[in-house]
Amino acid sequence: MKGIQLDLISEDKLDGMTPMEKVRLILDEVRMGKILVLEKGLTPTEQNKLIELTMTEIAQDDFSGIEIESYPVKHNDTFFSKLLGKSTLKTRLTVIGPAAQLKTIRKDRDLISAMVSP
Amino acid sequence: MGIIKNMGLKFKWLRRLFKKKRARIGIYGPPNAGKTTLANRIIRDWTGDAMGSVSQIPHETRRARRREGVTIESNGSSVTLDIIDTPGLATRIDFHDFMAFGMNEEESKRRAKEATEGVIEAVKWLDDLDGVILVMDATEDPYTQVNVTVIGNMEARKLPLLIAANKIDLPTSSPARIHSAFPQHPLVPISALEGQNIDHLYKEIAQHFG
Repeated sequence: MKGIQLDLISEDKLDGMTPMEKVRLILDEVRMGKILVLEKGLTPTEQNKLIELTMTEIAQDDFSGIEIESYPVKHNDTFFSKLLGKSTLKTRLTVIGPAAQLKTIRKDRDLISAMVSP
Repeated sequence: MGIIKNMGLKFKWLRRLFKKKRARIGIYGPPNAGKTTLANRIIRDWTGDAMGSVSQIPHETRRARRREGVTIESNGSSVTLDIIDTPGLATRIDFHDFMAFGMNEEESKRRAKEATEGVIEAVKWLDDLDGVILVMDATEDPYTQVNVTVIGNMEARKLPLLIAANKIDLPTSSPARIHSAFPQHPLVPISALEGQNIDHLYKEIAQHFG
């Protein structure tokens, strides 16, 4: 059967990886044409690393970059965090694929609608 | 807002007294959102110069441009900023997109290469800023990954962020859509091109980055 491979990566697996391991895994898999769905999204620092590394790997006739879409981060505010003026941010589901094959159609706070082309 | 944080605000004058330097503010956003048009507007209004050239072709700005010591006065308060106009952030750059604007292949590939370097530079600048003006095209869907990434970065660093909902001179613009997407951040609807509501933006800049 021919088609696009879709890998769903659990929060547990992501939690066990360093930022660089995550970024490397994402880029290697996406460059092979896979679509990744991360149960827990990347931190802002990891997103920056991913963008930077993606830019260095763009090759004119081979790889034009990635399409990445995630829900906006959630603020996990508890009574104590409010008291201390410190809120924690929770990253959310993220979809990443080759820019040439994955195209976002519509996105809002709780919905990502995308098209995948072979 | 936290009680302790509220208490901190009362000592704002004390923080100002010991403030280390003038704030370094980055102008961020996706390609073609109007970042350089806004930078030019601010620099022209307060210094009489310009920052850089603008174009309909994406990634016209491929190197960050910096202007130091821009003093903005509004409602009796004044703030002096170093303003950094950054290249548009993106996760994909395809040279074919530039060819659609009439560039030849060689020129398009060179521009694409420079654009990738510009994106890296823009990302690196995030580490050295005191605040961000995030320029969003108010005619477009606000939930782009660039917007989500910049906002996430500023929230994680606890740095001030001001959203400029640009292009309100266009009939399809909807600053309300941006506000409903990111209600936790201050937003000013503007037209950087026409100068609409720009005084309100200066007032917010003086308030948030001062």
